[in-house]
Amino acid sequence: MPRTIKISPVSRIEGHAHITLHLDDAGKVQDAQFHLTQFRGFEKFCEGRPFPEMPALTARTCGICPVSHLVASSKACDNLLSVTIPVTAGKLRRVMNLAQIVQSHALSYFHMSSADLLLGMDSDPKQRNVFGLLKVDPQMARDGIRLRQIGQTIIEMLGGKKIHPGWMVPGGVNEPLTDEKRQAMLSMLPEGLEIAERTLKSFKGLIGKFPDEIKYFGNFPTMYLSLIGPKGTLEHYDGHLRIKDAKGGIVEDMIPLDEYARVIGEAVEPFSYMKFPYYLPAGYPDGIYRVGPLARLNNCDSCGTPIADGELDEFRSQQKGEPVSSSFHFHYARLIEIIYALEKIELLLNAPDILATRIRALARGNCNEGIGVAEAPRGTLIHHYKIDDDGLMTWANLIIATGHNNLAMNRGVKQVAEHFVDGTKLQEGMLNRVEAVIRCYDPCLSCASHAMGQMPLRIQLINAGGAVLDELVRD
Amino acid sequence: MPRYPTPANAPPKVRVVTLRINGQDVSAREDETILSVAVDHGIRIPSLCYLEGLTAWGACRLCVVEVAGIPKLLPACSTVVTEGMVVETNSDKLKRYRRMILELLFAERNHVCSVCVSNGHCELQNLAAECGMDHVRVPYRNAPYEVDSSHDFFRVDHNRCVLCTRCVRVCDEIEGAHTWDVMGRGVECQVITDLHTPWGESESCTSCGKCVQVCPTGALVKKGTAAGEMEKLGDFLPYLTQMRGKQ
Repeated sequence: MPRTIKISPVSRIEGHAHITLHLDDAGKVQDAQFHLTQFRGFEKFCEGRPFPEMPALTARTCGICPVSHLVASSKACDNLLSVTIPVTAGKLRRVMNLAQIVQSHALSYFHMSSADLLLGMDSDPKQRNVFGLLKVDPQMARDGIRLRQIGQTIIEMLGGKKIHPGWMVPGGVNEPLTDEKRQAMLSMLPEGLEIAERTLKSFKGLIGKFPDEIKYFGNFPTMYLSLIGPKGTLEHYDGHLRIKDAKGGIVEDMIPLDEYARVIGEAVEPFSYMKFPYYLPAGYPDGIYRVGPLARLNNCDSCGTPIADGELDEFRSQQKGEPVSSSFHFHYARLIEIIYALEKIELLLNAPDILATRIRALARGNCNEGIGVAEAPRGTLIHHYKIDDDGLMTWANLIIATGHNNLAMNRGVKQVAEHFVDGTKLQEGMLNRVEAVIRCYDPCLSCASHAMGQMPLRIQLINAGGAVLDELVRD
Repeated sequence: MPRYPTPANAPPKVRVVTLRINGQDVSAREDETILSVAVDHGIRIPSLCYLEGLTAWGACRLCVVEVAGIPKLLPACSTVVTEGMVVETNSDKLKRYRRMILELLFAERNHVCSVCVSNGHCELQNLAAECGMDHVRVPYRNAPYEVDSSHDFFRVDHNRCVLCTRCVRVCDEIEGAHTWDVMGRGVECQVITDLHTPWGESESCTSCGKCVQVCPTGALVKKGTAAGEMEKLGDFLPYLTQMRGKQ
């Protein structure tokens, strides 16, 4: 008898979702779907508001990656002002964006995923969390907390608050950096780098324990989308869009940011509030692509910083020129990006003009449409606004980083479920793997679905008649 | 007949009265209000629509006080002191009333502090903190209000307006333009420019910006300000009236 397994909610991710697995008579997985079940409506209630409010307003979408929305929104507003922001303002924005990469990646790896890796996918779910990690490897738990603190502290030093700083504004930023704060930030970076390198070394030691996960955790050919800097370097703030295919060939390059709509389409499915972006020329769903740390490292020619470049070479060493395709390696890419971000922050803070006080271009709305694109920790984030002649918002479209990965997450869930889940004997560890593949993508569902709320985890095995055959509950 | 008759333009004689506020004996001129006497003696009474330099309006009722022998609460901003008056400004009952008034203000329109341009510099927000209003017990109306951004320099966001009418009074009494006025009743009540024309099309507005500076919330703001960036000039009005008095 066909049956359905529902995993609700998916735990240790940011936001709210559930997964359904559809089984055939023999208990084999026929299909799998990743659902975002709630709706927040930011794009709609932005309408009618003055556009200078947008950075702070859209940042409220999320408490984990508000800085990403600040960046993309401020850039869209720069467009509306029709200004080129002062050079120092651009560098300061980059520092905050990179600090956000550090803290968010640390949260994803240490707090969300490391328990799966260190304690094992089949370990006791009561211990398989950051507290369990504290018991097994207190040094790693401390490292995670400290690394996140370093990122958050840099954000606070720049913007006055760890979460939801209002410092990034249309035209630049609203307070220059002082030398005292610059020195304080610089003094934290060596410790951060030490932690990041230690963690990456430990991760590389763990990889050998997960051959099946690497093989089946969202390991399939897709395209990759990301920003790319001048000379093909890793880029998180500006530059152009690049799309590579599954073999590593460049599909499109040097796509101006305001032409995103030429390459990205958005499909909708009835089972989720998250849209399904796809590469427009390839159609839906063939235009599947991935974004985020894995896509960025697959797309760039180099990182542009010495330690990260060394790690990138090693990361690619087994690939024979092809992209790394297993989504398990989002973790690996994430750790390399932390190293890159810390190195890059140091470079930016040592720039001779970083303390300049010209940090904001003042203007009023000078055109009716603005597009801002930046790399959030989870991938490419696009804010697109239209305003009337008085500067009030008439339309907004936010393409969230997590959304780009929606097709890939759905396919990844199915791949993992097909390989690991046996419907005749349901075990918690099987379903944890289904969740763990989602954690690889580090989805930020509060942004992507605009959902909110909390529920305990409940996994049910339901037959076609709706009867519960088996159930696992996690508080 | 007095030996030295009072000249016609001499200030009228004002008696001094004594009264008690929160158990403290104080003296005051008989034409002073409870609020001004309290301020003179360092006694804090929360207020919102009152602003030194403008006519008292008595609209917000946050400055209500208890006066012995009078069964109803009286607004301190527009109640004149009398001899022997016994005033209580901070009883539990008054604290309760003030919190409820603030809750009703927050529930009536859309005061979303976190994304407001006046966040951190807002009198309504400060009063909520001072009076311990940490949540709202009545349902929010969530009614949409208009944002008029047609003026070259300023914007009015009716979502943030508390109808204190400071803008109406400063425009009329200090600037002399009387651009602002009040239209409608109940929840339909709103401040308007001229005869409800867009602010940018107002023929009487001098674009002086006094209304923006006296507005206690993020309702009247400078255009181009992002969240938390709108700081008002706190003391400009008493200074302005003082300097004009010298002329």
